[in-house]
Amino acid sequence: MTTTVTSHRTRPPAQPDSLRAKRLPWYAAPAIAVAALALSAVIVYGTGVGGLVLVVVLGAILYLVGLFAAANAVEGRRSARNRTWSALIHSAFVLAVLPLVSVVWTLVSKGAERFDANFFQTSMNNIGARDANGGAYHAIVGTLEQVGIATVITVPLGVLCAIYIVEYGRGKFAFAIRFFVDVMTGIPSIVSGLFVLAFWVLVVSPWFNDGRPSFSGFAAALALSVLMLPTIVRSTEEMLRLVPAPLREGAYALGVPKWKTILRVVVPTALPGIVTGVMLAIARAAGETAPVLLVAGGGAAINTNPFENNQSSLSLFVYQQAGDASKYAPARAWTAALTLVALVLILTIAAKLLARRNRLSR
Amino acid sequence: MAKRVSASNVTAYYGGFKAIENINLTVEPKTVTALIGPSGCGKSTFLRSINRMHEVLPGARVEGSLTIDDQDIYDRDVDVTAVRRTIGMVFQRPNPFPTMSIFENVVAGLKLNGVRKKSILEDAAEKALRSANLWDEVKDRLGKPGAGLSGGQQQRLCIARTIAVEPQVVLMDEPCSALDPISTLAIEDLMFQLKDKFTIIIVTHNMQQAARVSDRTAFFSIEKTGDPGRLIEYDNTQKIFSNPSMKKTEDYITGRFG
Repeated sequence: MTTTVTSHRTRPPAQPDSLRAKRLPWYAAPAIAVAALALSAVIVYGTGVGGLVLVVVLGAILYLVGLFAAANAVEGRRSARNRTWSALIHSAFVLAVLPLVSVVWTLVSKGAERFDANFFQTSMNNIGARDANGGAYHAIVGTLEQVGIATVITVPLGVLCAIYIVEYGRGKFAFAIRFFVDVMTGIPSIVSGLFVLAFWVLVVSPWFNDGRPSFSGFAAALALSVLMLPTIVRSTEEMLRLVPAPLREGAYALGVPKWKTILRVVVPTALPGIVTGVMLAIARAAGETAPVLLVAGGGAAINTNPFENNQSSLSLFVYQQAGDASKYAPARAWTAALTLVALVLILTIAAKLLARRNRLSR
Repeated sequence: MAKRVSASNVTAYYGGFKAIENINLTVEPKTVTALIGPSGCGKSTFLRSINRMHEVLPGARVEGSLTIDDQDIYDRDVDVTAVRRTIGMVFQRPNPFPTMSIFENVVAGLKLNGVRKKSILEDAAEKALRSANLWDEVKDRLGKPGAGLSGGQQQRLCIARTIAVEPQVVLMDEPCSALDPISTLAIEDLMFQLKDKFTIIIVTHNMQQAARVSDRTAFFSIEKTGDPGRLIEYDNTQKIFSNPSMKKTEDYITGRFG
């Protein structure tokens, strides 16, 4: 007994006497930030080695050091570490968001100039280098048709493929499919464009076109499908795997056949996730330039028929206008880029709203 | 409505692992039968083999014969979905379908099996919810999601869902183990009412519960881990809990083992 008592006495108390601790006042952190920035400005402009960016970077470092020192002095070591790490995590977030904000700002500020009715009503047909008009109507039509067709092809195929892998696939065959889907994920877009060029444009399309190979928006849609399919399969697969097994068993126990369980219980439960995956695939496809250039050929005129003749797309339009010698071309490129981002954004929001409508309101 | 369930020489495997061996037991119609025993003794496996849910798992299979009123449910020409419509099941954790409302959950079994007429569905929903003692609590919010109910209500919703398809046997796999005592009491009361219409087989770890709700009790056990589970004793609940004929049963119910 005595030994235990002495060992208790020699050990420091496990609990602090009081639950209260000293805290820095609320204005401490902003005050340190201002002081750090001021100090850094004095150093940077005093020595004349840098500009505003250096002031902010140096200021951030000084802020971290100052915050740690102040918190260490008043609140103790644990609290100082906590504050410093919080500040680091917040700055990491700001760093990550900065490029995004910068991209959106650049697009909006530079794209606003030609964001007018003319841009959305005209094509580039008969627009000379000195003509300030001209628009992307033909490119918008091309993007919508190509991505639309690609979506119609890949969504049923991809979702069914994922259902096979998750619900039915057993053994080597399912494993092989998963493996090849993984391999497909890594295919560069130019390779998928070349594949469609060699297979569809050069071999198949002459059958429909009096023996001559023909570019078409449909060929571009095929190339985009090759890119979209693995994204949709993988994301749908992950989402279906997240559906808890007891839900499936619950449906089986009611005497519901397996296919109906999948159709009416499993897929609806995973739907919001599946929609997100599909939208990611669509966004990726809408931004692809190389395959469209290879198999649809681009073009200045409006062509609403995706099965015949050249078609353009927004991303291809951006590429062509950005490389054009006309002084009016860059403004068109920026506006087209803005249009593309806005289009994807609108589609994503619409799809999310649709998927949510399916869920019940609480 | 209620039917007799009898098992003869039922042996079930998970791949190469034999989970239960040579179970022989007959459950009379309109009774509550409790399956008790230590964890891993195969009570749930046996229960799941009664409505062919065991074979849902990859590599799982059942040997022997299981009959519902003299019809072997493991015959080659038996339709699995028909078996499961005749023998409903309530699971350990409430599992309402998250995308469906309370109403849709209750009629899910009917709707997914092709019943379309709204009046039939509404009648069936009300009847099932009333039988599950849930109607008064949810009648004003049938369109709300089933996942928004409390755990006990969700479990009663799952029971309503099960009895809405009018099965003849209802299997319950530890239906109260995730519930508080008040919800448990509600479900035990419910079992008393349901046995007028259905044959009920319940797996439970709670021996007081087995003693309270069941007419007959089957005690399962294993020799040691890795051995298949066996039926040790099957008798009237009164007899099992007051004067069991096997030493092992007595040890288990008095808490000396398991």
